[in-house]
Amino acid sequence: MRALILAEHDNAALKALTRNVVTAAVQAAGEVDILVVGSGCAAVAQQAKAIAGVSKVFVADAPHFADALAENVAAQLLAVAAKGYSHVMAPASSFGKNVLPRVAAQLDCSQISDAIAVVAPDTFARPIYAGNAIATVQCADPIIFVTVRPTSFAAAAHGGAAAVESVATVADPAVSRFVGREIAKSDRPELAGAKVVVSGGRALGSAENFKLLDRLAQRLNAALGASRAAVDAGYAPNDWQVGQTGKIVAPQLYIAIGISGAIQHLAGMKDSKVIVAINKDADAPIFQVADYGLVADLFQAVPELIEKLG
Amino acid sequence: MKVLVCVKRVVDYNVKVRVKPDQTGVDIANVKMSMNPFDEIAVEEAMRLKEASVATEVIAVSCGVSQCQETLRTALAIGADRAILVETDAELQPLAVAKLLAAVVEREQPQLVILGKQAIDDDANQTGQMLAALRSLPQATFASRLKVAQGWAEVTREVDGGLETVSVRLPAVVTTDLRLNEPRYVTLPNIMKAKKKPLEVLLPASLGVDVAPRLKTVRVTEPPQRQAGIRVPDVATLVTKLRDEAKVIS
Repeated sequence: MRALILAEHDNAALKALTRNVVTAAVQAAGEVDILVVGSGCAAVAQQAKAIAGVSKVFVADAPHFADALAENVAAQLLAVAAKGYSHVMAPASSFGKNVLPRVAAQLDCSQISDAIAVVAPDTFARPIYAGNAIATVQCADPIIFVTVRPTSFAAAAHGGAAAVESVATVADPAVSRFVGREIAKSDRPELAGAKVVVSGGRALGSAENFKLLDRLAQRLNAALGASRAAVDAGYAPNDWQVGQTGKIVAPQLYIAIGISGAIQHLAGMKDSKVIVAINKDADAPIFQVADYGLVADLFQAVPELIEKLG
Repeated sequence: MKVLVCVKRVVDYNVKVRVKPDQTGVDIANVKMSMNPFDEIAVEEAMRLKEASVATEVIAVSCGVSQCQETLRTALAIGADRAILVETDAELQPLAVAKLLAAVVEREQPQLVILGKQAIDDDANQTGQMLAALRSLPQATFASRLKVAQGWAEVTREVDGGLETVSVRLPAVVTTDLRLNEPRYVTLPNIMKAKKKPLEVLLPASLGVDVAPRLKTVRVTEPPQRQAGIRVPDVATLVTKLRDEAKVIS
């Protein structure tokens, strides 16, 4: 069996989560190829070929792939996927979720979303009902389409030496246009892949108060996150939201500050290795999943924590 | 311009589901069912397009058991003009739903299809993309802003790391994210009015769609439970524990 992985990248660098998908693909199919669809993306192909376990890297390089429009990337993936693959996989990120179902439907195949474990080559485990249940599903389609939750699989190691091959590019469908992008510039690590995450809830009370967490995050080299309540209240940007409908994270250390711990939020962070909760409500559900709970006023505890960390 | 909105009947968002002891699924007997919250946002957005005189007619569609009529009545109460139910007792998976919706799109020829980015039961996040592919339409998923002008829809999308804006040629499929709008409350007079609005019932066979499931659910289990840890009395103890016991900070 052979899997094709759709690489996620920004034309300059391969997104690290592609490596986690490689691990899942090796488990499911054994042989793994990667498809890079982009514009001026030669550097991405070089990074992809160095991933251990990858046999071939296909590159489709054309100007109309520059902004990863779903219609354009899907058309290219469709052309390559039909070359006898048993599996076609992508990260369960906003990029992978956008593109993969399009291709699956065009080949009259179903898709398994958000796989968290490979049970057998055709069988995967995935969360349903906001992570309140785990379904094990088996797929009988000729090609098995899977989006993979990156935090559930280790990143594949470096050290591969795959062949890189250019493929013929499909024509621009020209039904969509890229207008613009507002990606928050931050010197903090990216939320989805950070080793430490500092998250704030509604108890922070204002966007201004969130800056307190920034100092803590700086000290721990952590990414910043937020609960849905904090995002809805306008204290933190949308893309900071951790939870079933936001980002799924599984860092080494997750510090939940002023977060009560709604099911929605827990679904996004309960696979973290160590969870710390700081909340003044001793009955907050977050304490039921926290390894270390501190019942305290965050406005006293956080400055003290920053000070004690030195 | 005709707008089609697709709504799914799901276990209400406030219900904590339980896995059945025989691991065949979750127990949904006698639990409250509601419209998928993301679809409610889709209906609201369609209504705003109608109120802005961009849309002329809003049609709500659902696929599933006959009780989905209640979900459609809710869409009608929010303001949709008429409704279509593709009725079946069969288990419907995203690809099958996308095929049913594609058949309805072919019949109704809407300029815009709006649906939730995912349903809160199976969390699949596939139907909109699959529908777009089956009808060879462009798509704008995870929308947090929608503007329609001159045969194109400009959509701001919530993507990892921030926002992205794309413009898609109509007809197109848009899937909604949480912050696109805040759905209105349904008023009693509108609920009464909704009862008189037309609701057509179709069958998958009459649309020529085979809805047989492709994915077999082998089992459904409880997620691994995380054990509560310890309470620490103060910040100093917390720092010591993180440094010496958990070894996650230096």
